[in-house]
Amino acid sequence: MKRLQTRVLILGGGATGTGLARDLALRGVQCLLAERRDINAGASGGNHGLLHSGARYVASDVEAAVECREEGAIIKRIAPQCVDDSGGIFVAVQGDDERYVADFERMCAKSQVPVRELDVLAAREMEPTLSDSLIAAYAVEDASVDPFMLSLDNMAQALSLGARYLRNSKVVGFVRDGGRIQFTRFNDETTGEFFEVEAEIVVNATGAWAGLVAAMAGAHINILYSSGSLLVTQDRITRRVVNRLRKAADSDILVPGGTVSILGTTSVTINSPDDCRPTVAETNLIIDDARAMIPVLETTRYIRAYSGVRPLVISGDGSDARSVSRGFSLIDHAQDNVGNFITITGGKLTTYRLMAEKTADVVCEKLGVDAPCLTRTEPLPASSMGKWTEPGRAPKSWIQNRDADDLILCECEMVSKNAIDSIIGNMVGMRGNSMLKAIGLRSRVGKGPCQGGFCGLRITGHLYDQGHVQGGHGITELKSFVGSRWRGFSPILWGLPLVQADLQEALYCGALDMELDHNTEYFSCEDDE
Amino acid sequence: MTRDDAIYDVMVIGAGFAGMAAALFASAQGLRVVQAGATGGIDFSTGFIDLMGVHPVEEGHRWNNPWSAIKAVVRDCPKHPYGLLERREIEESLDIFTGFLTEQGLEYVGRKERNTCAITPAGTIKRTYRVPRTAWNGSVALGKKAPALIVDFHGLKGFSGKQLVETQQHNWPELRSVRIDFPGGRGELYPEHLAWALADPLIRERLVASIAPHAADVEYVGFPAVLGLNDPQKVVTHLEELFGKRIFEIPTLPPSIAGPRLRAVFDRGLPSQGVRTLSQKLVTQVRKMDGGMFQFDVGSGAARVTVVAKAAILATGRFFGKGLWADREKLTESVFGLPVVQPENREGWHRSEFFDPKGHPANTAGIEVDSRFRPLGTSGLPAYENLFAAGAILAHQDWMRMKCGAGLAIATAYKAVEELNK
Ligand SMILES: Cc1cc2nc3c(=O)[nH]c(=O)nc-3n(C[C@H](O)[C@H](O)[C@H](O)COP(=O)(O)OP(=O)(O)OC[C@H]3O[C@@H](n4cnc5c(N)ncnc54)[C@H](O)[C@@H]3O)c2cc1C
Ligand SMILES: Cc1cc2nc3c(=O)[nH]c(=O)nc-3n(C[C@H](O)[C@H](O)[C@H](O)COP(=O)(O)OP(=O)(O)OC[C@H]3O[C@@H](n4cnc5c(N)ncnc54)[C@H](O)[C@@H]3O)c2cc1C
Repeated sequence: MKRLQTRVLILGGGATGTGLARDLALRGVQCLLAERRDINAGASGGNHGLLHSGARYVASDVEAAVECREEGAIIKRIAPQCVDDSGGIFVAVQGDDERYVADFERMCAKSQVPVRELDVLAAREMEPTLSDSLIAAYAVEDASVDPFMLSLDNMAQALSLGARYLRNSKVVGFVRDGGRIQFTRFNDETTGEFFEVEAEIVVNATGAWAGLVAAMAGAHINILYSSGSLLVTQDRITRRVVNRLRKAADSDILVPGGTVSILGTTSVTINSPDDCRPTVAETNLIIDDARAMIPVLETTRYIRAYSGVRPLVISGDGSDARSVSRGFSLIDHAQDNVGNFITITGGKLTTYRLMAEKTADVVCEKLGVDAPCLTRTEPLPASSMGKWTEPGRAPKSWIQNRDADDLILCECEMVSKNAIDSIIGNMVGMRGNSMLKAIGLRSRVGKGPCQGGFCGLRITGHLYDQGHVQGGHGITELKSFVGSRWRGFSPILWGLPLVQADLQEALYCGALDMELDHNTEYFSCEDDE
Repeated sequence: MTRDDAIYDVMVIGAGFAGMAAALFASAQGLRVVQAGATGGIDFSTGFIDLMGVHPVEEGHRWNNPWSAIKAVVRDCPKHPYGLLERREIEESLDIFTGFLTEQGLEYVGRKERNTCAITPAGTIKRTYRVPRTAWNGSVALGKKAPALIVDFHGLKGFSGKQLVETQQHNWPELRSVRIDFPGGRGELYPEHLAWALADPLIRERLVASIAPHAADVEYVGFPAVLGLNDPQKVVTHLEELFGKRIFEIPTLPPSIAGPRLRAVFDRGLPSQGVRTLSQKLVTQVRKMDGGMFQFDVGSGAARVTVVAKAAILATGRFFGKGLWADREKLTESVFGLPVVQPENREGWHRSEFFDPKGHPANTAGIEVDSRFRPLGTSGLPAYENLFAAGAILAHQDWMRMKCGAGLAIATAYKAVEELNK
């Protein structure tokens, strides 16, 4: 079995894991990040993208509100490329709890979260799609953040400082030597291969999976899995983040994400983090509820749904997901008699940096490394790995830098062959299986109305041309790519998206027979002249 | 708005395979026909005419003999529209339909008792019943696993010869590919432009000159389907003469040339059979007049036309064709508001895996008809004496999984016209 060595092994490539890789790399500590699938395969790729001002938590969790306020401000400063500093508003409509409304400013003051009351008419002028039954409105400092760019930029800088990254690497077990982990064992699910990593310290940053991973090392964390679903609209509905001014509930928030808006979210307790997927019922629930705030959400076109799991670490006997603390948990498993094992889970995207800092502090203390955290002030460089996730980047590049032989492969989002090649070029050392999915997460490919139906086929052809896939593999990966887009596509199939889905199936099944098994013998019809 | 004072025998609503076939059959029987419709499956199809290929879909069982497959599906799913047809009627419909295409310069070939294996642009092999003559040699070469070269072009996206070679490598070891510059073409190329360019014999000569060095040891040369728009066989024959090799076409991803070729044939051929075509226009309103005739508003705004017909054939397709429409709660029929048999609610429309072998229940939803292909109303009786339905809009079939797209459309259109004309 192949065996690698590193000082610090980070498990999980979400915001926390990639943020930690960067933090450690900046402190000069060698690390290797191993991720089951690829960057942001978990909650970091399935969240709302709201860089919280803290206002959402002023009633329920003062500590979280303060953390968000401070960390939100830091992210805006150090990673402006990832942030759309749109500002946000809180609105209440007729029928909402007026006591909550009346208390809002006072509660914000308690957490020092800046807030400014708005005249409802002024609010409707700022955001014309707001309901005409508004009864209150406040301006806050919410912003939106591109979680893919954030994690990719974090990882890119870590890599530039000598860190390593392995995708398709799932932790399947630990080999213990007394009170410490000697080896961590991995499986590449795309090839079936096993390998091991030997590290001085192992950090479990697997988010909602942290309990399952910790259990493999003989440690125990009690986690409640709360799945949340979100809907992506075809067009951007509002300029700012819009929050419903009420006790946190479903379908409260509309966050702009470049050229689209994202609406959500639900909170459904599930048994396993792998069970998470958006459903038809949640889609209906979200729209039925949110239209009171923004009526056009009833009739607008949706592009897809997606979901993520919040790991809610249970300290007391919390049983309702929303009331359990959303602050993060940093656990030194010395308490479970595993001295070189740490778990960092929970928290928010907004507080990922702080989570990484606190974790790196513990790691450094254990390693005896005396190096201060730099991420509070050190700007996060924009990377060529992260840049293609930005809507509008690919079309701009197509228009400005187009060379005569370039072609558009993804027509919905105007991603060209050269852009794809540049993404692949940036994946040196990370290539291998699931290339199409990897391209999807590093760009806008598959995110437009066709949901990967057309661009998936064209890019597959290109991957064959370039020798990145061989044999029947490209087709297998294409099926898997389209299959995973379907998770988010199937809950929103009415109106035009259903028309699109019908075309997709006509093409993949009606014309190309791709649902059938093409490995078995199917050439029994001989055609002689 | 204009009025058409004529009284037509039949209004064909739809310009996909079913609508085109219905207009053809009805005019051939001497009926006075008006037809409306916009983009449909024809424009996106491969040009292959499937009859019946897979049953039961959940087993992915493929049939070489489409007639046996039809028998099996009718036995197991008695409500399948093929259950309302005799073999003789299906055969006749396909013969007339492909005969018309052949007459118009778009020859179709295939065998009576057997499906043909055709190469798709993904590199998969599908069974179909009739293929354009220009694709036939591909199936022959595949059957013989003959030494063959696939040519593709810099700048023509979505068609990779290398992909075909890679996906077929175990099955067809003597398949190779080469990518060349299209004569005089750089940057992004589109099938339709290439087809126009190849109308020029000089371009064909240059094309052959640049491929010849790569094709010395092969018997067959395959191209993406770009070999001419209106008379592809002429282009193919010329290339074969120049090359001394057998030539074939493989469909490209949509929008491919197959659509414009078929549409061009009907745009030429139907009016000359006396069909009044209201192309790129949709029926927006229907009124039932005294005496049972229908009055249709077709198109919108200034271009709107009103026409009157004694009977109508509904061939408006499914969701992509716009014959069926969905809101968040239910599926509806777009023109007459006919009942649509369907799963109880949206949760039942689609399965959680896209490639689930069972297929999606929404794809067998649709219009139910009586034995004369008249759509049923809420009472379970024909909604109108003089309204007939054909094609993909019919319930209890999943053409995408069963591989019966164009064939079912043509055959049901035939039967609907027969019944209407009784
Ligand atoms: C619906 C929803 C909406 C949210 N909205 C917001 C918001 O608007 N603003 C905000 O600040 N926060 C939001 N959050 C919270 C935020 O998304 C998370 O706190 C954050 O992304 C967690 O990052 P992480 O890296 O800790 O975990 P994750 O992103 O879940 O990363 C864990 C990684 O570990 C990997 N992994 C799992 N098992 C293994 C294994 N065995 N081996 C190797 N790797 C493994 C997974 O593939 C995954 O990539 C939201 C969360 C949800 C679910
Ligand atoms: C991508 C793709 C690939 C395909 N590949 C194959 C293949 O390889 N082999 C095969 O056999 N078949 C194939 N087909 C299927 C085939 O082309 C037809 O879609 C199918 O046979 C159904 O035909 P139809 O005429 O019933 O419906 P459609 O083709 O959907 O046509 C419906 C027609 O009705 C019109 N219409 C809708 N509403 C109105 C209205 N209110 N007023 C007037 N007109 C209206 C539409 O504009 C359209 O012209 C493919 C289809 C697609 C989309």
